[in-house]
Amino acid sequence: MAGMITALILLPLAGALFLGVARPNAARGIALSCNFVTALLAVLLWQNFDTGAPGLQWIERHNWIPAIGAEYLVGVDGLSLLLVILTSLVFPFAFLAQRMERGACALMLIMQAALYGTFTAQNFVLWFLFYEMSLIPAFLLIKIWGGENRERAATKFFVYTFLGSVAMLLSFLGIYFVRGTFDFAALADLGKAGLLTGNIAWFAFAGIFLGLAVKVPLFPFHTWLPDAYESAPTGVSMVLTGALSKMGVYGFVRLLLPLFPHEIKILGPWLLALAVCSIVFASLAAWAQTDLKRMVAYLSINHLGYCLLGLFAITARTAAPIDAQAALSGVFLQIFNHGITAAALFYFVGLLEQRRGARGLNDFGGLMQRAPLFCAGMSVAMFSSLGLPGLNGFIGEFLIFKGSFPLAPWPTAIATLGLLFTAIVFLRAMQALFSGPLAESCSAFPDLKRTEKWIVVPVTLLMFALGIAPQFVLSILNTTVIQMARLFA
Amino acid sequence: MTLTLSIVLAVSAALFSIGLLAALSRRHAIFILIGIEMMLAAANINFVAFWRFNPQPQEPTGIMVAIFAIAIAAAEATVGLALVIAIYRHYGTTNVDQLDQLKG
Amino acid sequence: MNSWIVLHLWLIPAIPLLASLVILGLTNSRRPMAAAVAIGGQGATLALSLLAFSATLHATGFRAFHNFTWFTFGEQALRIGWMLDPLTAAMVVMITFVSLCIFVFSVGYMATDKNFSRFFTYLSFFTAAMLGVVIANSLLLLFVCWELVGLASYLLIGFWIERPSAAAAAKKAFITTRIGDIGFFLGLLWLYHSSGTLLFFDDGRGCLESGGLVLIGASATAIALLIFCGAAGKSGQFPLHVWLPDAMEGPTPVSALIHAATMVAAGVFLVARVYPIFSLGANNGVTPALTVVVWIGVITGLMAALIAVAQYDIKRVLAYSTVSQLGLMMVSLGVGGVAAGITHLLAHGFFKALLFLGSGSVIHGCHEEQDIRRMGGLRGLMPVTFLTYAVGMMALSGVPLLFSGAWTKEEILHATSRWPASHVPHFLMLAGVVLTALYMTRQMIFVFFGQPRPAPTPAHESPRVMTIPLIVLAGCTIFLSVVITPAWPWLYHYLEGEPAHFDLALLIQPMLFVSLALVAAGIALGFFIYRGAGEGDPVEHTLPALFRFLANRMWLDELYDRTVLALARISARLSDWMDRYFWDGLVRLVGVVGKFSGSVSATFDERGINAGVDETSIGARGLGRVMSAAHSGQIQNYLGAVAVGMLALLLLYAWLA
Repeated sequence: MAGMITALILLPLAGALFLGVARPNAARGIALSCNFVTALLAVLLWQNFDTGAPGLQWIERHNWIPAIGAEYLVGVDGLSLLLVILTSLVFPFAFLAQRMERGACALMLIMQAALYGTFTAQNFVLWFLFYEMSLIPAFLLIKIWGGENRERAATKFFVYTFLGSVAMLLSFLGIYFVRGTFDFAALADLGKAGLLTGNIAWFAFAGIFLGLAVKVPLFPFHTWLPDAYESAPTGVSMVLTGALSKMGVYGFVRLLLPLFPHEIKILGPWLLALAVCSIVFASLAAWAQTDLKRMVAYLSINHLGYCLLGLFAITARTAAPIDAQAALSGVFLQIFNHGITAAALFYFVGLLEQRRGARGLNDFGGLMQRAPLFCAGMSVAMFSSLGLPGLNGFIGEFLIFKGSFPLAPWPTAIATLGLLFTAIVFLRAMQALFSGPLAESCSAFPDLKRTEKWIVVPVTLLMFALGIAPQFVLSILNTTVIQMARLFA
Repeated sequence: MTLTLSIVLAVSAALFSIGLLAALSRRHAIFILIGIEMMLAAANINFVAFWRFNPQPQEPTGIMVAIFAIAIAAAEATVGLALVIAIYRHYGTTNVDQLDQLKG
Repeated sequence: MNSWIVLHLWLIPAIPLLASLVILGLTNSRRPMAAAVAIGGQGATLALSLLAFSATLHATGFRAFHNFTWFTFGEQALRIGWMLDPLTAAMVVMITFVSLCIFVFSVGYMATDKNFSRFFTYLSFFTAAMLGVVIANSLLLLFVCWELVGLASYLLIGFWIERPSAAAAAKKAFITTRIGDIGFFLGLLWLYHSSGTLLFFDDGRGCLESGGLVLIGASATAIALLIFCGAAGKSGQFPLHVWLPDAMEGPTPVSALIHAATMVAAGVFLVARVYPIFSLGANNGVTPALTVVVWIGVITGLMAALIAVAQYDIKRVLAYSTVSQLGLMMVSLGVGGVAAGITHLLAHGFFKALLFLGSGSVIHGCHEEQDIRRMGGLRGLMPVTFLTYAVGMMALSGVPLLFSGAWTKEEILHATSRWPASHVPHFLMLAGVVLTALYMTRQMIFVFFGQPRPAPTPAHESPRVMTIPLIVLAGCTIFLSVVITPAWPWLYHYLEGEPAHFDLALLIQPMLFVSLALVAAGIALGFFIYRGAGEGDPVEHTLPALFRFLANRMWLDELYDRTVLALARISARLSDWMDRYFWDGLVRLVGVVGKFSGSVSATFDERGINAGVDETSIGARGLGRVMSAAHSGQIQNYLGAVAVGMLALLLLYAWLA
């Protein structure tokens, strides 16, 4: 069974190459079958994952460039596995959501391989390689297949993220010159006693922080996101928010927090303030949007803000084990849940756009009368996103708040405003779209087609399953959570 | 008057010079080819002569080289003639003055 | 049997939930089936509820619970569970019974609606969520069901989705209650942090038991007030009451369900459930948290009663009466009369359902007319509705002896009079009693007395499927009195977990005469003012300014709209603007700086570095041109050059040798 992770990374790449020689109209089928196999592999990985064992599993280690300490080192722990599963879920969903040209399919597959790599690599050089590898397909996908303003959005996205990446690379080179290793585990061990000292520590911290804060994104480094998500085609938006945005949070958990505990303790209040700003301002800004896609994009910032709130709360203060474990479990669940819910929301907005050619809040009205199933599905996704108990959004948010409230009561209390504003945003959208008299322009609006039902129903069921019985996800995570809580304590 | 090496070498030098002159001065490609063949013949004479006046002429090395050279010259002449014919077909002339495609 | 029902208490909410899912699967064409499933499910739940109720009768102070692990995070287990005690048992019986009546009524009321099945899906779901709130033994499970109640109310208030006003009211209800729920959520987090558990009862370690209460300690006031935010939202307490009257946009059975059995009861129930936290560290029965509850209740009760006097919509009058009565219940809880408050909640559940269904019957009979000025004289046309409505009206007004509402109200007044902190609430509540009698009399006169107003088709009595629930509820309203009189206050003692004794001498209390006098004064005043009321309200003519103030709900909606909402909207705009121009502007500034430095560097490249490179390349080119002149293309020239070269080499060799 060894080599599963490598297989997971290589398979989409092979698929992308194969697309080059395949007939253009077979592209989506090939991409989907490729995703079928990766999903199978992910399930296998999940089934054979020992939830009780601490540390990494399925490790593959090969020499790569010994001169600079670069190894091919991949492995999964609970968090990595969760993200691998999420990637394996979101990509088929995205491929099913939209017909894409051959080139777009190939780029998506490359991005998928890069994501698998990012989530499993345990050596910085390898990790960075995959991290950057995901950026270029995303750029091209927005630039070539995007909507209005795609040039501008793509350039902004690329320059923004790339600048962050460069800062991060410089920081890591600095760390390497002082400490001589790129291995995550070794660096985390060193981090406990202080990885670097003096000004260089702050420079290194700033570089990595910038790179990750842009990726998540954290207020005020977020302005690329609404433009990028708005311009990207539906499937790409789904992937960007469902899987790609998780790279930032993952980076925070794997890199910044273990490596710079002292710096984070000093900056704690400021970081918490930024997270709270992300939550509150993004949800407020979402309220002011009339473009549905842009609205969902802003809420994406808001939801990842909760993750950072939890992470900063437990690392900025000395957390009791129960709080640290609650917050970490909550953050990981939130990552997963947000991936699914936000992708579903983009999917529904995409359906609206596809049916009507517009996606403004005021372009619709009374859809409930024409398309009850569509409205029901979209409502479920919206309620899940606003954190209604019984759906997947709630438990992650509850655990995050549970963990952060004792440590940072005021930031947490202010952050709950985000819950309120999110509710307002979604209810306003529901009111505008679903209720009221049937808008003339929507008189021919078709309900969900059979193929669409096949996509909507499983996703909806998954949302319910995660909301009602989240144990099957949490049991993947528990050991990792305990370990990380100890690391951050 | 016995045949000495110098006499043979003088003949071969003369032959070479005549060939060179022909190759340099004639305008017709065939004649240039003939000139080149003459220079080749001069070289063959040299091989044979040096073999013949060798103190130990047991092994027929020089004559072997000359025979090879003649065979190769024949092949080369064939190719050369084929080229000339091709050039004639293409340009309608074999006057080398008009063939300056190699001009840099 | 006892342990079986405790272990399977989850069936009580699960059956309506299942019924709701089953109906969801039915198409709209199978109406009888949908109604049958909903009512059958409700009947089964009622049977189970009665079973649970009987289980609590075996021992005084019965309490049983069943806890289990919902999920684990890290090394921690999050446990939830359900519980059965008198409070739960009484609530489930009331809820399931009243809901059943409402379900049956709805079959008639919604008979012609095109989304009949969907209506029953929502109704069943609503009841299921509320039953979940009631049986929860964990504040988290309670919160989960609490939010689902909110969702159900959203769906039902906005049931007539094609009406923009219904959609707006549904949104308002959800968001207003969610404001309260945010406070509730924070209180829940705080409670979890300080007591380490969210279970109410857990063999001494629960947060309502000594083990948990010790840990809560000083933060109890803050936790209690935060939880009260949630209760205020759901139970329509000032200042979060604004959604409740708007909720009238839903179909009338929904109003009945919200106002009697489910949603608004949740807030009062919540306070009663976590009462140990509210009363922790009480000094003579007074804590800061309870004092806040009392005053909020007083403000709500009096304000709503005043507003109700100036409403013309039959359902709005009732809506404000609900708000007022909820205020009364909160006062009762705040002054320490928990059993009185809950008993009033139970009694109110019956007679308010009766009144709303009665108003539904009136609306149905008057062809969807809701303005009381255009009704009148319905007494003869709708006799059953009139009689049952009168029972409800008298129970609500507090006409003594026969009607349950009177006894419970009296008990509350007793409790307020004993409150050591202040007597003001007591007197204000007495004023509230007069006002209640006044506005109910006004409504009765407008709707049922006087001459019938001209209408295209005359009003008619409703079908039997609608009148029978009315009769049943009216019967309950009267017969509930049996267990709540001071002579045999069984229900209070049952709720408090004490044995009750029968003593007829206690029946007549001084308070009885006081309330009798007040109610009589209210009704008499009502008759005096509205006796000859025709098309308009006499108060509107005599005191137009006051009437307009009250009719416009004290302009509270407008006030919120101009202040809180305006502020929120402005901050939303501002956030968007900041994003588009300020933050993005900063980014663009960085971009411009980058571009500028790029152009500087490009200029340097062009003028500085490129110049040298260019010169070199120009020189190389010139040399090449010179050299290429030798390449004439003439083979003989080349050959000559070769010959000359060879000659030169030869000469060189000769010279060197």
